[in-house]
Amino acid sequence: MEHKQLISRGVLVWGVLLFVTWILSRYGIGWAENAGLNWIAEYPSAWVVPLTTYISAAMNWLVEDANFGLFTFTEMTRALSWVIEQPYLLVRALLAEGFMQGSGRRAVQLFPPLSWIAVISGVVALGHYARDWVLAALVGAAFLYLAVFGQWESAMITLASVVIAVPIGVIGGLWLGILAYRHPLFEQVTKPVLDLMQTIPIFAYLVPILFMFGFGPVSALVATVIYAMPPMVRITTMALKSVDPEIVDFGVMTGCTQRQMTWRILVPAALGSLMVGVNQVIMLSLNMVIIASMIGAGGLGFDVLASLRRLDIGGGFEAGIAIVILAIAIDRLSQAFAERSTRMVPSVQGNTVFARHPRSTIVVVIMVLAFLFGQFIPAIQTYPEGATATTGAFWDDGVKYLNVNFYDQFEAVKIFFLSNFLLPVKRFFLGIPWVWTMLMVTALGWTFGGWKLAVLNVAMAGFIAMTGMWEKAMITVYLCGSSVVIASVIGIPMGILAAVNDRAGRVIAVVIDTLQTLPSFVYLIPVVMLFRIGDFTAMVAIVLYAVVPAVRYSAHGVRSVSPELIEAGIVSGCTPRQLLTRIRLPLALPEVLLGLNQTIMLALSMLVITALVGTRDLGQEVYIALTKADTGRGLVAGFSIAFIAIIADRVILASARKARIRYGLESVHD
Amino acid sequence: MIASPKLACRNVWKLYGPNADAFLSNTPSPDFDAVKSAGLIPAVRDANIEILDGEIFVIMGLSGSGKSTLVRCMSRLIEPTSGELFFDGQDLRKTSDKDLIEIRRHKMGMVFQHFALLPHLTVLQNVAFPLTVQGRKKPEAEARAREVIDLVGLQGREGYFPRELSGGQQQRVGIARSLAVEPEIWFLDEPFSALDPLIRREMQDEFLRLQALLKKTIVFITHDFDEAIRLADRIAIMKDGAVIQVATPEELVLNPASDYVQEFTRHIPRDKVMSVGAIMVSGANGAGEGIPVGAKIADIAAQVIDAGEPLKVIDADGQAVGAIDPAAVIAVLINRDA
Ligand SMILES: Nc1ncnc2c1ncn2[C@@H]1O[C@H](COP(=O)(O)OP(=O)(O)OP(=O)(O)O)[C@@H](O)[C@H]1O
Ligand SMILES: [Mg+2]
Repeated sequence: MEHKQLISRGVLVWGVLLFVTWILSRYGIGWAENAGLNWIAEYPSAWVVPLTTYISAAMNWLVEDANFGLFTFTEMTRALSWVIEQPYLLVRALLAEGFMQGSGRRAVQLFPPLSWIAVISGVVALGHYARDWVLAALVGAAFLYLAVFGQWESAMITLASVVIAVPIGVIGGLWLGILAYRHPLFEQVTKPVLDLMQTIPIFAYLVPILFMFGFGPVSALVATVIYAMPPMVRITTMALKSVDPEIVDFGVMTGCTQRQMTWRILVPAALGSLMVGVNQVIMLSLNMVIIASMIGAGGLGFDVLASLRRLDIGGGFEAGIAIVILAIAIDRLSQAFAERSTRMVPSVQGNTVFARHPRSTIVVVIMVLAFLFGQFIPAIQTYPEGATATTGAFWDDGVKYLNVNFYDQFEAVKIFFLSNFLLPVKRFFLGIPWVWTMLMVTALGWTFGGWKLAVLNVAMAGFIAMTGMWEKAMITVYLCGSSVVIASVIGIPMGILAAVNDRAGRVIAVVIDTLQTLPSFVYLIPVVMLFRIGDFTAMVAIVLYAVVPAVRYSAHGVRSVSPELIEAGIVSGCTPRQLLTRIRLPLALPEVLLGLNQTIMLALSMLVITALVGTRDLGQEVYIALTKADTGRGLVAGFSIAFIAIIADRVILASARKARIRYGLESVHD
Repeated sequence: MIASPKLACRNVWKLYGPNADAFLSNTPSPDFDAVKSAGLIPAVRDANIEILDGEIFVIMGLSGSGKSTLVRCMSRLIEPTSGELFFDGQDLRKTSDKDLIEIRRHKMGMVFQHFALLPHLTVLQNVAFPLTVQGRKKPEAEARAREVIDLVGLQGREGYFPRELSGGQQQRVGIARSLAVEPEIWFLDEPFSALDPLIRREMQDEFLRLQALLKKTIVFITHDFDEAIRLADRIAIMKDGAVIQVATPEELVLNPASDYVQEFTRHIPRDKVMSVGAIMVSGANGAGEGIPVGAKIADIAAQVIDAGEPLKVIDADGQAVGAIDPAAVIAVLINRDA
């Protein structure tokens, strides 16, 4: 009884506060102006700390003057960049460009790249090795598509960066993960950093990377690795920790040294989970393809980016689809490898090399033959351009058709949303006096996470105000907030439906899996096609990208309510509807909140991509900083986004924890 | 001949929780409640045990009584909070990590409740694993592995992966693997409790057969009293982390150290535990060929009752030492206190 009152009092208080906020947002600025207290409404520009300038100056010093005694900072980054660049250039030459002598126009090709036939037979063999002929056919067809639709060379450049970034990410992640497993102290240090990296949108660190490594594939690789590695670290530590303790004891009792323990017991026993990590690294690397192309990666990502800038829908769509197809092929392949590693296939015995390695032998033979014949028959070396098909015109026509015939309808939808939803929300957020927002953010932190969270929130919101990013931050909050609301309105009911209805669940699972395999920016292309540039387009793209976790987590939450509780409900005579509203939904709430959290994180990480369609938020700020290589501006804007993300993350996690404690799913202490 | 202790625990304590060390050095012998109220978990309290060369020493107790913790202290898998451990007279707690690795590689073997087989290795590779860890060459290790695989009756399954075997077969692999290095002391932590009763019985027979052949020093954990009396030379009973009695099965039944032990042994079929010596009338005369004084009542009951008169009891040298009365046998059989 008392419990219930407490909750509804909380709701009441926040309801009142929201109302006050709304009033202030409408009239606050006017009042403040009348009272001569302008500083309450808007952060005075005189108070802005020129952090941007300081950072730029510091970075300049780092690059131009910093010296570690034996070598300078620049020498260090150059050396690092050289080390990364060599293997990349090798793979790129092998897959896409061939080995050259000399440079520029006078370059002579010493050795051609692998012929398209050789590469395709290679992936087919991999597919067959990892699972069966079905998979072999699937990946073969995917690569053939790339050749036939004229995306081969770009795709191979993209593949080259994946081929380099993934092993670095996997080995680095494995190494850090093992360190964290062995040394609890190291784990305590890395954990918050990893938490932070997961909440910081990628582009917060794009600009400094760009500054250190310069525009080019190395920067892109570094950014990709930084983005893709953290899950591998986490998964490694977790996988090693969850190795059956009896097996660990067995290792000790057998007298294993630490190294034997790691490599002969822990890693093999955890291989299944580790492969999930590898798959994650691969998918995240592919996800970075377009963002990486903003700082110098070529390939498919660059094609999409260039097309988007030219508003060449057809070209963008073709390259986008090529990325999706490449992603699907690599994803299926790596998943099959992960499964294979847990399936324990006995190794084949045999006397000849062919008997032991039939696939590798065939592939090598094909490579050699393709190389020899390729010298005389160009079509074997490079897929003949005359035989390529293009769908560009088809997409262009499609867009034209839609725009000619349905222009009014699309416009109507757009304008409806803009005037009834987006603009009011925008006005609301921009109208709130900044002092009041600070108060609210502090109060939120206080309510859900105690004084620590309150202090954290003040500091982060304060940073945003002090660096003069307030208005852009509010636009960011408005854009992400509206997208998250829409994503939740669509995603949560879908998740619940998927959980309570098996048939719907299967259909939804397919949709969600597909959405998740697609690299983020691909969503942008069709949306730009239909709605052109602007906030509405950005919102639709964000919703498409961010809806996945809302669905996933709600479905999982509703499904994982303990069956005993459901039975208890049935026994006490609940109707199916009551079961849902009284038992399943409340108990699924913590999980739904976690989904919401993920949705917000994904929404924030879409911002730099939506900057391409002309938003005016922090994402745009980062994008501009990228094009101008303005470190200070990029870092400050990047951090501001990161801080918004962290505030949202911490508040929601804390409230999810509170809910879990209230339902007795988690104890107060741990 | 007095058997020397192979392994000895002196005042071994293991408390879980923050600052257990400090607590124990401030309060030298806390009782159960004192430990609890300090917010610590008393997993092992003041254990004193000597395990003799060549015996099967069984540790018994309810779930959570500290059996596994004690054995993990003995093998130094976990660090005791305080106390001493001697293996062949060597102070295990002062042994360097490097020497400990050597001892484990050559002198200790352990069998686990859930088998702890490496899922990615075949039966042969699993059994050869401890040998390859020592750095022995693959052909040599595999030859030895085949020997022990034959010993546990798994020949023909060398190429199988663990998940392709039944529970009983998996545990045979576990046993073979722990025997591959010819350990001097063999720890078995509830090795058969994950198996169903029929298989368990079969594995116990197998275990006794192997022990008759190999004569290892064995520390065997179980919470199944029937299993304990079938296998044990001596039994230690644990409760709340403390060892309350160490004795032969027969002594436990005849002279329980506390009500707890008595309660524990109440449902034991006494005829399987008690020997002729415990109920004979010393010095009396009886008929017949002579019944060995060490025989279990269960084995001679039919013979004595059929005879209908007191029968002669002889010792190991064949000398008459007393007589056994059918009435006394019947009293044991119907579990009436003598
Ligand atoms: N790592 C640990 N941290 C805290 N407490 C522990 C830990 N390991 C064991 N304990 C506690 O120590 C006590 C003894 O545990 P132990 O595993 O030795 O019991 P056991 O007799 O082997 O029981 P079982 O028959 O269930 O295996 C238990 O109360 C257990 O909860
Ligand atoms: Mg145990």
